[in-house]
Amino acid sequence: MTLKYLLEKEFLQIKRNKFMPRMIFILPFVALALFPLVANFEVKDINLVVVDNDHSSFSARMVQKISSSGYFRLNKVSADYQTALYNIEQDDADVILEIAPGFEKNLMNFQPAGVLISTNTVNGMKGGLSSAYLSGIINDFSSEIRAEHLQNNSKLKANAIEIIPRYDYNPHLEYKYTMVPAILMMMLAMLSGFLPALNIVGEKEKGTIEQLNVTPVSKFTLILSKLIPYWVIGFIVLTICFLVAWMFYGMISAGGYLQIYLFAAVFVLAFSGLGLVISNYANTIQQAMFMMFFFVITFIFLSGLYTPVSSMPDWTQALSRISPLRYMIEVLRFIFLKGSNFFDLKWHFAALCGFAVLFNGWAVLSYRKTK
Amino acid sequence: MKKVIEVENLTKAFGRFKAVDQISFEVEKGEIFGFLGANGAGKTTAMRMLCGLSIPTSGKAIVAGYDIRTQPEMIKKNIGYMSQKFALYEDLSVAENIRFYAGIYQVPEIEIAPRTLELLNRLGLENEKDSLVKALPLGWKQKLAFSVAIFHHPGIVFLDEPTGGVDPVTRRQFWEMIYEATDSGITVFVTTHYMDEAEYCDRVSIMVDGKIAALDTPANLKKKFEANNMDEVFYRLARNASRKAD
Amino acid sequence: MKQFLSFVRKEFHHIFRDRTTMAILLILPVLMLLLFGYAINTEVKNSKIAVYDPSNDSYTRAIIEKMDASEYFSVVKMLKNEQEMSEQFKNGEVKMVIAFSENFHENLLHTGDAQIALIADATDPNSAKSVVNYATAIIAGYQMESQHLQQIPFQINTQIKLLYNPQMKGAYNFVPGVMGMILMLICAMMTSISIAREKEMGTMEVLLVSPVKPAMLIIAKTIPYFFLSLINLTTILLISVFVLGVPVVGSLFWLLVLSLVYIFVNLSLGLVISSVVNNQQTALLISGMVLMLPVIMLSGLMFPIENMPVFFQWISQLIPAKWYIIGVKKIMIKGLGFSAIIPQLTVLSGMAVLLVAISIKKFKYRLE
Repeated sequence: MTLKYLLEKEFLQIKRNKFMPRMIFILPFVALALFPLVANFEVKDINLVVVDNDHSSFSARMVQKISSSGYFRLNKVSADYQTALYNIEQDDADVILEIAPGFEKNLMNFQPAGVLISTNTVNGMKGGLSSAYLSGIINDFSSEIRAEHLQNNSKLKANAIEIIPRYDYNPHLEYKYTMVPAILMMMLAMLSGFLPALNIVGEKEKGTIEQLNVTPVSKFTLILSKLIPYWVIGFIVLTICFLVAWMFYGMISAGGYLQIYLFAAVFVLAFSGLGLVISNYANTIQQAMFMMFFFVITFIFLSGLYTPVSSMPDWTQALSRISPLRYMIEVLRFIFLKGSNFFDLKWHFAALCGFAVLFNGWAVLSYRKTK
Repeated sequence: MKKVIEVENLTKAFGRFKAVDQISFEVEKGEIFGFLGANGAGKTTAMRMLCGLSIPTSGKAIVAGYDIRTQPEMIKKNIGYMSQKFALYEDLSVAENIRFYAGIYQVPEIEIAPRTLELLNRLGLENEKDSLVKALPLGWKQKLAFSVAIFHHPGIVFLDEPTGGVDPVTRRQFWEMIYEATDSGITVFVTTHYMDEAEYCDRVSIMVDGKIAALDTPANLKKKFEANNMDEVFYRLARNASRKAD
Repeated sequence: MKQFLSFVRKEFHHIFRDRTTMAILLILPVLMLLLFGYAINTEVKNSKIAVYDPSNDSYTRAIIEKMDASEYFSVVKMLKNEQEMSEQFKNGEVKMVIAFSENFHENLLHTGDAQIALIADATDPNSAKSVVNYATAIIAGYQMESQHLQQIPFQINTQIKLLYNPQMKGAYNFVPGVMGMILMLICAMMTSISIAREKEMGTMEVLLVSPVKPAMLIIAKTIPYFFLSLINLTTILLISVFVLGVPVVGSLFWLLVLSLVYIFVNLSLGLVISSVVNNQQTALLISGMVLMLPVIMLSGLMFPIENMPVFFQWISQLIPAKWYIIGVKKIMIKGLGFSAIIPQLTVLSGMAVLLVAISIKKFKYRLE
């Protein structure tokens, strides 16, 4: 069993490395503590500028209702639309609400009363949601006054459907619950991809890899000896991450942890395989870093980490199937937040196995002991 | 005598450039075979082919009874190799390095520890057993690397400029180790730039521009080129080289 | 001058010989733009929904039909009982379940006790909110329609105007960010690494003993990266206009001026880093920690700054990319003129002066 000696050596080297053991322990803390604070797409505290051309009690009441909704922060009341627009240009405001003259009069006379919502949509997601919130509140306002004024007029009374929204798994719509599982997997992917690549390319730069190539060790054993240590490290990192998620955010998986480890085992194997493939083509650490960076960036953007895969255009959705991260982030979000089980995710598992076989097969085939 | 290396018209081309151009020679068991040449003459390329690290473009070679083209992994079981670049792990200790390479060459586990001790005693490194290799002076590292290369008793050991950058005393000691190795039946294939070292070899080949320009015992070479020492022999052959040294 | 040019030529050779790095430097911006432009999309379209409809009357069927016909939803499943509802989200296919109360139409007409529950999978909060918003709007619309009221009392006509980016493309938000990141990557990171490499290999010493003035030497090092960044700037703008359809609304001239100042800031930042480090590994590490990470996390490239804790908002003020990105958005997307970017230009110029001063000081110190 030459594998035993190879593994012994790898672990000794990891232990001796000043940087690596610390990174394995510190990185999960730093990343999980900071990332969710920063990676927050919650749309709240939207800066609102009101241009009230009506100055009536109705318009004041509506503005009052909007600013007490919790979504909006009434920043300024501007005299005219131009000034308000200037506020948007200077990023002092996100939305303008302009109330048309005669707003109250029209309402009382059963005429449609006009308001204009102008949203800064440079950030499309924020712009879209803020205008949706605002028009929702205005609608509520109109139903409210309608109900008040028509209480006694049964002829015009219309029963309203009561719409009850419910947000499953994340009732307060907190972004951290979405981000923590995704960040966890992103970190696992980076560690298990970069480390083996750096290790092998490092041996190339030092010349020790040539010494190994002239020994009778089979390339399969050699590659296995590079995979297993990072597999173990992956498990350690994952465990630390779970502890951090619990300590900092009180997050505990809704589904079984064993299932997560099962998926993670295959996932880490796939990414280490990718690292090995890259190390076979790169000659210097710098090259390996750049190549890995290239793949990791691609995979991350196609993974649905930032925006859900389902809202991508069709061809990007199709392309996202080549990102192992996509499957794993879904797996973790589903198991962690929804308590999905293995059978709900059997196709994800199959895909991950496919990647593991593909990358590691490629790594073994492209590794040349003899040139 | 039994031949352990047989080379016939061995060629390695990189594109149109022939690094090694149709070389042929034989090495006998127990011999110290010196493989000389200026920088860029093709020594390392030839040696890498013989070790199974590089596939020849054409020609044939048998090393330790195996074809380098079809059975490189069998060759690797029967040779030791010490490369130009120092190849022990700097972040492992002396004993750990020995254990690692011994394990890879499938030296039985129970033999490793006693043989390591014996080796370290012989080298006078018993106190450095647990020191990290990076803390050792270069000369010790080289001696250690050589000992590791022959730890598994290979039939042939390939040494690629083993004494580069080492002081004369240590070089002397190094060659004593090489002699000891040949006494136990190991064939030594060595490249070097030091012409005094060429004198220690049983036979010497000199490569110029990818071809073998001369091959004989040092004494015969000196006679043939009417030279006082190997330095002169080498200079006469190498000054006509068309390839620039790197 | 001749010496200087020969140095510049040498630097170009260094860059062009390393094909892999070169290719990555040229392809990376393109790839990132396309990924950001297409993969980061916030439109919610054709979300799959499941329906639980115990009433199954004309009214509920009409609402379901409306939903299915809209571009936002497609109904993929009719559930038989309430138990099935909780199972729907487990494999991630269905985004929302719509559940009607019993005897829906009947109750709506008589008792007014008719409910629709919109149960969204909130593992992604924003898309959950979006689907709920869309569904609410569709239901409300249908109700108005069904009441056959031409004149609904107390009706507010809400007109929505989407400024700058009416199609709400993700690319509008990310193109300026990618510009900020790529220019930083090439100018600051590559410069610092390439100088560190010369130090590591010992060639810097040889250059320093040559009769060329050290300042010239450093300037020569930065010139190729300056050109490379101009190439990248051009590619980014071409792709964003012609492929992603993000126009340059404002003045191209001021966009270039802003970019040049930003490039200058980054080149001097690269020089400062290189005067501190002695080998590539450290240069990579420092660049990663001090440049890449803050730019990705805190510059507003990906994550909205206004949502960050105050502490991070302060830090973000120190990041040149943040100012650049805001400035680019103003000119390129909002189409504002010079006066709008005065604050950004001032801050960036200030940073440039400061960094150049530091790098000159550091450099002299090193030579003594």
